[in-house]
Amino acid sequence: MRILISLLQKEFLQIFRNKTLLPLIFVLPLVQLIVLVNAATMDMKNIRITVVDMNLSSTSRLLVSKLEASPFFEVGDMLINKQMGIDYLQDNKTDILLYMPQEMEQTLTKEGVVKVQIIADAIDASKAQLAFGYLTNIIQETHMQVMLEQQKLQNVKRISTNSSFWFNPDLNYKYYMLPGVLVILVTLIGLFLSALNLVREKEIGTAEQINVTPIKKYQFILGKLIPFLIIGLFELTLGLLAGKLIYGLPFSGSLLVLYSFASIYLIAVLGLGLLISTLSQTQQQVMMVSFFFMLIFILLSGAFTAVENMPELAQKLNVFNPVYYFMNAIRMILIKGAVFAELASEFRSISIYACISVTLAVLSYRKTN
Amino acid sequence: MENEQVIIVRDLVKKFGDFTANAGLNFHVDKGEIFGFLGANGAGKTTAMRILCGLSSPTSGLVEVAGYNVKTHAEEVKKRIGYMSQKFSLFEDLTIWENMRFFSTVYGMNKTAFKERGEMLLRKLELFEKRNRLVSTLSLGWKQKLAFTVAILHEPSIVFLDEPTGGVDPITRRQFWEMIYEAADNGITVFVTTHYMDEAEYCNRVTIMVDGRIDALDTPAKLKEKYQVNSMNDVFLALAR
Amino acid sequence: MNRFLAFVKKEFLHIFRDVRTMMILFIMPIAQILIFGFAITTEIKNASIAILDKSKDEVTRELTQKLLASDYYTVSDYLSSEAEIESSFTKGRNKMVVVYEPQFAQNYEKNGVAKVQLLCDASDPNTARILSQYATGIFASYGEMAQSNGIQAEVRMYYNENLDGFYMSIPGIMAMILMLVSAMMTSISITREKELGSMEVLLISPLKPIQIIFGKVTPYILMAIVNILSILALSYWVFNVPVKGSMALLLFECILFTVLALSLGILISTVAKNQMVAMFMSLFALMLPVILLSGFIFPIDNMPLVLQWLSNIIPPKWFIIIVKTIMLKGGGLAHVWKETLILVAFIVVFVGLSVKKFNVRLQD
Repeated sequence: MRILISLLQKEFLQIFRNKTLLPLIFVLPLVQLIVLVNAATMDMKNIRITVVDMNLSSTSRLLVSKLEASPFFEVGDMLINKQMGIDYLQDNKTDILLYMPQEMEQTLTKEGVVKVQIIADAIDASKAQLAFGYLTNIIQETHMQVMLEQQKLQNVKRISTNSSFWFNPDLNYKYYMLPGVLVILVTLIGLFLSALNLVREKEIGTAEQINVTPIKKYQFILGKLIPFLIIGLFELTLGLLAGKLIYGLPFSGSLLVLYSFASIYLIAVLGLGLLISTLSQTQQQVMMVSFFFMLIFILLSGAFTAVENMPELAQKLNVFNPVYYFMNAIRMILIKGAVFAELASEFRSISIYACISVTLAVLSYRKTN
Repeated sequence: MENEQVIIVRDLVKKFGDFTANAGLNFHVDKGEIFGFLGANGAGKTTAMRILCGLSSPTSGLVEVAGYNVKTHAEEVKKRIGYMSQKFSLFEDLTIWENMRFFSTVYGMNKTAFKERGEMLLRKLELFEKRNRLVSTLSLGWKQKLAFTVAILHEPSIVFLDEPTGGVDPITRRQFWEMIYEAADNGITVFVTTHYMDEAEYCNRVTIMVDGRIDALDTPAKLKEKYQVNSMNDVFLALAR
Repeated sequence: MNRFLAFVKKEFLHIFRDVRTMMILFIMPIAQILIFGFAITTEIKNASIAILDKSKDEVTRELTQKLLASDYYTVSDYLSSEAEIESSFTKGRNKMVVVYEPQFAQNYEKNGVAKVQLLCDASDPNTARILSQYATGIFASYGEMAQSNGIQAEVRMYYNENLDGFYMSIPGIMAMILMLVSAMMTSISITREKELGSMEVLLISPLKPIQIIFGKVTPYILMAIVNILSILALSYWVFNVPVKGSMALLLFECILFTVLALSLGILISTVAKNQMVAMFMSLFALMLPVILLSGFIFPIDNMPLVLQWLSNIIPPKWFIIIVKTIMLKGGGLAHVWKETLILVAFIVVFVGLSVKKFNVRLQD
């Protein structure tokens, strides 16, 4: 026990003496967290639309005024030439093009049906789809209004839909993104700090000095693990406080459950980092290997895009992805107020993960080559 | 000199793939001896020393240090030895005192014993007043002397020094050897590798390694007599030829 | 020149001797493109929902069938009372609960209006919004309004007719890989030499500083080209996304961007004291801002104004626009000259700052 305390004391002295590293691990991530959560929204507003109105009738004007009133669209130049519109698309000056043919109103009154053309830049497929959806709705509404004015509409049967959003009634995407980005930051810092720290000692030779002492392997690994566990939890606390104070992040669930999960999670991640570094010789190797795994872990974890939409194989791969478990758990706890029992399977998985990664790290650490 | 053998090496072989670093070494070291381990760069000195310290395990052969087999009881051996590596390896971002305190706990010294002995050793080095300085601010010579002090802090029965005087000035080397003598007088066996042949003269006995083998083992005086030369340098040249 | 070539050779040996690093440098782009291609999608597929049908008549059954036919939803639970809704979100992890009112069919036929409630788990607001929108659309198209008169929209999806989500990711992946491989690797490898002291050896050698820097970055440029080609090959053969515009122009732009990333890497290495600091700087300066602000997962147009301005100083944003235009829209230099100039300006700034820092250090 004394040995462990003295190892911890040594690590903390070293960390707090490193004046360039401190802002990099405490200030920068926090700034990123506060700034970047604003970036991550799929909330489509301001879709740039260009209208080619060859009809110039009251119907077409009604449609345009409805577009202008819509929060989703930003109506740009009005053109009278379809080719020009397509050039706009090519030059990235607009996202979607609405083409209304010359005889639109006349055909509609005469035949009751008319076609307008929508040309979307579909490189961003989901954006194109959403834009198309909004636009069709607006066209329908316009048509209804025209028919109402002409009193052509008799009692229509309809299904009225009413959506309500649980846990986050205002659809505040920051509640969703903030825990996500926070998990990423805490993970990156924990993993890289622990992994680089150990391999750095190998590189500069102090690890050898330790290896020739009677220190036990588990003591050494714990001495490397605990400081970064504490730093990780501290970082998490900072992030949660910032989220609460700046963005009103809800804490619906129990903080005890959250911190218990976070601790086990960090042990799993730090164990992984230490495992990588016991198997590496240089800092460069550690960085490349950790980076490779982290990028995959983060992208698959559902931080930015929902896991449910991923193909079966990717979802299965997530069994090996610690970030996935924590990503789920932190959102469930904070936003949905999930209790321990509802997270039992996550708790089980991450505990197994932690046991395996720390055991492997201890086993693969060689005092004798 | 007592005849208690604190290091026994029999038929030690170490291979790295096809490369044989140590080809059947045989020697022993007596308690309280200053044992010099000489050889050119790459002759296999460091490899052998790392095996004796339990940092590396032998391919075959028997190695007993401080009464324990290093292959099976490396951790028991480690409790009883001190080690100073070729590359300075104390923590540069800790102070002198923090480094000493850390290693004293690691070797299980109790607090009061450490304070007493630590202060005594540092006073001798005239570093006690500077004990709160970061190690990184010390010059190489001071660093080496400090590393030696840390290596004998816990009063090991054997201390292993791997090229301890590499790159330091002659005066510091001199002081360093005085420290080694003092440690030996206090009953610590000293096992030292070096490629400075003049330093070999300070040892009780020396071995000279060439290409992974021990080519000579005796007191400096007897070796000089055997090869009929005036200095250890010439002994070495005669062997290496 | 010979001296320079010898130096470049040494750099190559450094990189290639470390098999693990090299494997990762080459495998990373492939793994990433596969992940992005298959896994990172904002399209909703098979979201699990629960149904609370208080009416259980043929209309509600038909509506549920329509929901299922859309591929957006799979029904994982049928609830019997409102009390089960909450646990269906937390324990059952459904994304949406559809509640049909009692006497649904009667209300629909007699009163002309029947009510359905969509309860969404909005802890993921993006998914919640899309799920409710799709469902609303499906319910609205039921019955008489779906007739074939009125104004009909005929849609053409340009550049990506199958609405393949992968199109959006390619430029982003290219930007990310080039940025990370080039900027992170150079910053770390130069800092490493500084730390080990071998930089001083190089500086007192007859090599000019500029040659040293070029020697350091040449292998990474070649590696970046290999990475670009493997990304393009995969996107062509695995995902059927061809290069519509000029291949030569695209390669030129990629190399330009690689040079930009390398100059950023050099800049970081002039500031960082050791590898750990260099890595944290690259990591935080590059990874999250590149993912989040370059517009390849989250559209820049939706961000708050401040972030839209901020995104202008994220070089990948411009590169992504260039790649999109050339590769996916078939545009030429006439369409991307402005963005190209911006990339050049970044390079000038980064190189200028590095030279300044470098000289300052030498004078110390």
